Amino acid sequence: MNTSHFMSKRVCRQWGLTRHADCQREAGSALPSPGPELQIKAPVYKRVTPNGEIQKLIITEETAKIRPYAVAAVLRNIKFTKDRYDSFIELQEKLHQNICRKRALVAIGTHDLDTLSGPFTYTAKRPSDIKFKPLNKTKEYTACELMNIYKTDNHLKHYLHIIENKPLYPVIYDSNGVVLSMPPVINGNHSKITVNTRNVFIECTGTDFTKAKIVLDVIVTMFSEYCENQFMVEAAEVVFPNGKSYTFPELAYRKEIVRADLINKKVGIRETPENIAKLLTRMYLKSEVIGDGNQIEIEIPPTRADIIHACDIVEDAAIAYGYNNIQMTLPKTYTIANQFPLNKLTELLRQDMAAAGFTEALTFALCSQEDIADKLGLDISATKAVHISNPKTAEFQVARTTLLPGLLKTIAANRKMPLPLKLFEISDIVVKDSSRDVGARNYRHLCAVYYNKNPGFEIIHGLLDRIMQLLNVPPGEKKGGYVIKASEGSAFFPGRCAEILARGQSIGKLGVLHPDVITKFELTMPCSSLEINVEPFL
Amino acid sequence: MADGPVAEVLLRQLEAADGGLDSAELAAELGVDHQAVVGAVKSLQALGEIIEAELRSTKRWELTAEGEEIAREGSHEARVFHSIPREGLAQSELMRLPSGKVGFSKAMSNKWIRVDKSAADGPRVFRVVDSVEDEVQRRLQLVQGGQAEKLGEKERSELRKRKLLTEVGSWRDRPFKPYNFLARGVLPDSGHLHPLLKVRTQFRQIFLEMGFTEMPTDNFIESSFWNFDALFQPQQHPARDQHDTFFLRDPAEALQLPMDYVHRVKRTHSQGGYGSQGYKYNWKLEEARKNILRTHTTSASARALYRLAQKKPFTPAKYFSIDRVFRNETLDATHLAEFHQIEGVVADHGLTLGHLMGILREFFTKLGITQLRFKPAYNPYTEPSMEVFSYHQGLKKWVEVGNSGLFRPEMLLPMGLPENVSVIAWGLSLERPTMIKYGINNIRELVGHKVNLQMVYDSPLCRLDAEPGPPRTQGAA
Repeated sequence: MNTSHFMSKRVCRQWGLTRHADCQREAGSALPSPGPELQIKAPVYKRVTPNGEIQKLIITEETAKIRPYAVAAVLRNIKFTKDRYDSFIELQEKLHQNICRKRALVAIGTHDLDTLSGPFTYTAKRPSDIKFKPLNKTKEYTACELMNIYKTDNHLKHYLHIIENKPLYPVIYDSNGVVLSMPPVINGNHSKITVNTRNVFIECTGTDFTKAKIVLDVIVTMFSEYCENQFMVEAAEVVFPNGKSYTFPELAYRKEIVRADLINKKVGIRETPENIAKLLTRMYLKSEVIGDGNQIEIEIPPTRADIIHACDIVEDAAIAYGYNNIQMTLPKTYTIANQFPLNKLTELLRQDMAAAGFTEALTFALCSQEDIADKLGLDISATKAVHISNPKTAEFQVARTTLLPGLLKTIAANRKMPLPLKLFEISDIVVKDSSRDVGARNYRHLCAVYYNKNPGFEIIHGLLDRIMQLLNVPPGEKKGGYVIKASEGSAFFPGRCAEILARGQSIGKLGVLHPDVITKFELTMPCSSLEINVEPFL
Repeated sequence: MADGPVAEVLLRQLEAADGGLDSAELAAELGVDHQAVVGAVKSLQALGEIIEAELRSTKRWELTAEGEEIAREGSHEARVFHSIPREGLAQSELMRLPSGKVGFSKAMSNKWIRVDKSAADGPRVFRVVDSVEDEVQRRLQLVQGGQAEKLGEKERSELRKRKLLTEVGSWRDRPFKPYNFLARGVLPDSGHLHPLLKVRTQFRQIFLEMGFTEMPTDNFIESSFWNFDALFQPQQHPARDQHDTFFLRDPAEALQLPMDYVHRVKRTHSQGGYGSQGYKYNWKLEEARKNILRTHTTSASARALYRLAQKKPFTPAKYFSIDRVFRNETLDATHLAEFHQIEGVVADHGLTLGHLMGILREFFTKLGITQLRFKPAYNPYTEPSMEVFSYHQGLKKWVEVGNSGLFRPEMLLPMGLPENVSVIAWGLSLERPTMIKYGINNIRELVGHKVNLQMVYDSPLCRLDAEPGPPRTQGAA
């Protein structure tokens, strides 16, 4: 793995650590600590102006509304092997996936310069006016036709939406009208790169100028190693609609000054400034001690767009030192611990619920609308539920407003277990609440169900009495006490439902579940349940 | 057994017998063990309304070995009496006779004999009466003849006290069927706690033991601002995609945000500041307002640190939380859309990477994990970052047990925390150690409604540090 790969992987990861297998592998393999094995000097990347004509890319104003930015560069006299070629393609894909935010922010096009002739024009045209032979196809198509063709292409269909509904599509031509590419969808076949390509023209178009520049820098730094003049990149000029001209790639080196004691303090080591400068240089951050002997001047190469604060340099120093060489010490922070009162109460209640013979369940907070409404005889609008946008399946439509469906589903999935089934859960439900800063809040509920050949209302009622006993809430309507009063509930059997009032407020309901509820949850025996909000008892 | 020979005979005899049958008598008659008859009765009873059985207890009496001897030879006191000639017997000689010692005091209390202590050659025993009735022998012979009921309760009791009589059927005589100690007992009727939550209790305990205060995390709904922006995670970061994060349709946007702070965050992202270059992009308020299901509990840590920063002067703090987070990702055997995250945070002056490692060592030691290695890692909001690995004896390899780092200054400084305050943090999931501890391969058997209830019933206490090895001594590591 060459050093440029190592640098650029870090940049990739900064802009989105994906869970792809290769990134896992990456994460697993230790970043090479550039120790004694790697004695080579850091590459110095240079942008060179060509002896002949500089390649030009002219942007017209039509691009402004769709994809206004473009940058370009040339890799001159490059030598590809099969591996390098594959790696070149793979890098573009990786960059597209993360930092380019799936081509929406930036799209990369690489072309065989020897098949083209500049200057190049980056413009936008009506789809019907764009016609070319795209990569790996044998005949020409208009852009409209291509949009249709690629709808079924597993790879490209994800990028069509970026330009599909726009009146004009971006397109890049050379001076002979050959189409280089129609970003961000597909390149032209004419300028396709092969293993034999010697000169590469790279263009990056997009909606984020900073990212486009970074992406270009990453590609050219990585592959300039394979050019005849190693680490030299040929400049290209980009002219914007307003006439302003830029030369790319930027390949800017910048200098930062960091105090040696800052690095020592943050890492927890005691190295001399000279040693720290050596450590950083080993990480390809060329450093030297300056000024009063405590300052370190660090040259940050264009491959390190991820360094945006001194703390990024601190990490590199720590990596060079070796994490496992750092001495472990305990912070002297003296603090007295406090439990979150709601959790403290929950922990106490859980123990005694199990002591009362009930088994704890842990169910999902997300469920279908039906689970919390239709199946309980309610309309979803009456539930004040929080709705998720674009759920992939019905199981993720809403956040639960009651713990009951989860427990009933648990019983349904465990039908073969001996009866009675006595389950409980003390956990959060979610409802909309405009008095909260986000517009929703959690409530800590306690729910218990009894499932058996007989409904067991007296058992659930007994459990409620036990819970009140544990919470030190006496029976009776006097202040601070609890009572249950006959009530109605669409989820309950008529006449077998009661509301629980404690400390002056309604805290929940208990009762025998309605046969419709039993059926809808695919159960076959009677069931009674209890659900209360425990927060009033804090 | 209900169709066995005993049962058949029983039924036939019962048909004929008018006042019912006595099981003991029947057993004696058939020459079978009483238990066999009992067994037949019970099986017949199990069939339903065929026979009626009443349990009666009777007492039967038997002579002990000594009792039998006395019935034969006469009681000790009678023998003593008969061995005294007319002229009397020296007491010393009397005592040497077989029944002498035992019978002497009884014969005395019956006033059958007397002692002359003033006799010439030692105390001498004389008869008082001419003859005696050996009541004891007579009674014992009655019992021997099967007529124990002719004796009074008191008389029987007295003989039993003298160990001449025993009750038949008392347990001492019974043979007992040996226990099958290989069989299981009857499990008590108990409730159970969920294994994942048992592990959660242990982790809470560990944090509390280390002086960490629990943060409020009772809000599944969070704004993108607190979940991402406040943590210096840029708005174009792929993690903020629909693919990784659950966005809300209703309520779609946060209603309130602390606007002064929001402006500082905006500036840091788009222009830099606080020593940073920033990300140099257009930061949008409406993006930050978007409500989501939180993807980590680090948003709660951000809220807690922000609250801490408002308190002047700064006081160091240690916080923890263990609660549910949501990711809109591909699901498989070890990944669900909802899981629990464990997070620890320390905010103090001059904390270093070395301190982070030190506190991780203490934390993991309490989990029974002592061999730790650290590798560089990447998180958008920490720098430096470390992955924590421990050596798994069973799998014979290093496995990742957590993620950690120092929060970036771009996150801390806009909150208002002093510049020399560092905040170290680490996190891990609750599900992974639970699945390893309880040997569960499919997460759906542990979390959610498809839980394996038998596994919940059977799962042992959660003892995170229960590893074989020498006991650890107390004191600083």
